[in-house]
Amino acid sequence: MQNIWTIARREYRHYFTSPIAYIVALLTLLTVGIYFVVIIYYVTNQSYYSNTAPGIDVIIGPLATVFLFASPAMTMRLLADEQRMGTLELLLTTPIKDGELVVGKWLGSFLFMLTIIAITLVYPIVLNKLTSPGIDQGVMVSAYLAIILLTAVFLAIGTAMSSFFSNQFAAFFATFAVLIVFWWLIRLPTFIVQNDSINNILNYLDLNGRFNSMLAGTVSLSDIIYPISLTALGLFLSAAAVDIRRWR
Amino acid sequence: MIRATGLTKDYGPRRAIENLTFEAKQGEVVGFLGPNGAGKTTTMRILTGYMPPTYGTAQVAGFDVIGESLEVRRRVGYLPETVPLYPEMTVFEYLKFMADLRHLPNGDDMVDAALDLVHMEKRADGYISNLSKGMRQRVGLAQALLHKPEVLILDEPTIGLDPAQVVEFRNTVRDVGKERTVLLSTHILSEAQQLCDRVLIINKGRIVAEDTPENLQSRLVGSEHVILRVKGEADDLLPIVAKIDGVQNARLLPDGTIEFQFASGSDVRPEVARATIKAGYDLLEFHPVGLSLEEIFLQLTQDNVRKER
Repeated sequence: MQNIWTIARREYRHYFTSPIAYIVALLTLLTVGIYFVVIIYYVTNQSYYSNTAPGIDVIIGPLATVFLFASPAMTMRLLADEQRMGTLELLLTTPIKDGELVVGKWLGSFLFMLTIIAITLVYPIVLNKLTSPGIDQGVMVSAYLAIILLTAVFLAIGTAMSSFFSNQFAAFFATFAVLIVFWWLIRLPTFIVQNDSINNILNYLDLNGRFNSMLAGTVSLSDIIYPISLTALGLFLSAAAVDIRRWR
Repeated sequence: MIRATGLTKDYGPRRAIENLTFEAKQGEVVGFLGPNGAGKTTTMRILTGYMPPTYGTAQVAGFDVIGESLEVRRRVGYLPETVPLYPEMTVFEYLKFMADLRHLPNGDDMVDAALDLVHMEKRADGYISNLSKGMRQRVGLAQALLHKPEVLILDEPTIGLDPAQVVEFRNTVRDVGKERTVLLSTHILSEAQQLCDRVLIINKGRIVAEDTPENLQSRLVGSEHVILRVKGEADDLLPIVAKIDGVQNARLLPDGTIEFQFASGSDVRPEVARATIKAGYDLLEFHPVGLSLEEIFLQLTQDNVRKER
């Protein structure tokens, strides 16, 4: 546990010296900010057409889209760079387990993304002031839970890809490809396949559907268990990849 | 203490090392000598728990490198060939990170002690990216010494150091080697000669010789070579020198000097000098060309090549 924390803390601090991390933070906050301002501006000028005030989804929705691109950028160097710089040899000859290394790496990136997510908390506060009778607190909690779980999954997949490749860009695009599958492609067959049991499985695996239902405020147990399992799988594969590297 | 038995490592179809068996005791500095690609780094990586051997076993500090890898790693200090550093960290941060990974109590003090040992205490707050190659090497060494390991494994530790730093580095290693086990690889033979209690010469994944540097030298070279230089042509001097008792294989070299041999222990140089001056020549210099480890090394590794053919 102490080892995980040591690795995670170094990783977290590293992001504050990394231009990519600043670009990601800037891009995220800029996108969410612009989107938010435009929506608010649009809604206040057209309010007599609609009777629903903007909800938390105007913040968390675009956040998820940005994270689809940001997560691979945040994780691409996690293990790939250690491999390239030779520091993996250092870490693998200290008395820490491969699993601790991988979880620590992931946790560092997760904490950094949580920091960005925490900054976006100003928007619900503003939204709460602007709307009457204010935003639904329950929906807000479930929406933030959704983005936190989603971030955990994205980063775990990125960590796994980074452990498979020693080239950062390969890790980036591989991560992006896998995220596209889980976020978007996986539910496409349900439009043409008539078999219900296959469609049930695909719908179960579809991250986007779960995310949207949580954004709307409905949370089922599997909405929480599935992303946690996927995260665990990603981290397990990373640890296995590091271990296999030793045996080659 | 290091004890390797029958270590073999295959990278796919390529066999990097084959059946390496050797020992290094506590208080001993053992040198691993060999050309690039001989399998030095592979062996060291196995001993540090970085990767397991394909066949064979090894005990380091009393623990098995495969079954008790974490225990081995706790007791080994390792400096890989490419010094593993994080350029965005300060020297102190980096060493503190390593101290934390090794769960060192009062890590700050141990970092300071390690920095003192490599004379880097003044650069503790400097960023690693701003350090010269030699200083980086020293930070890497500090990292390896940080936890006062029982076994120190150094892969080509003096590459990139300037001569003054090399001398300093050798002193550090010699001090450390008094009470601990040091295994270092090098292809600089004079270094092995100066530093090591024992030298293992490794070529193409096999140990081709193992002995103290002195024994290796005397085992392979029964006689000493000397070059004699006089003012002007030495053609007529050759028969005079060759006649002296104890002089063997005297011959004229193309540059006008005379090379001759004599059995170790019976130095004939005074007689040669007297005879040269008596014959009317101006003696300029005696120049010993005693076979260095370099030549021994080449001899051994080339013998190997010849045998294979």
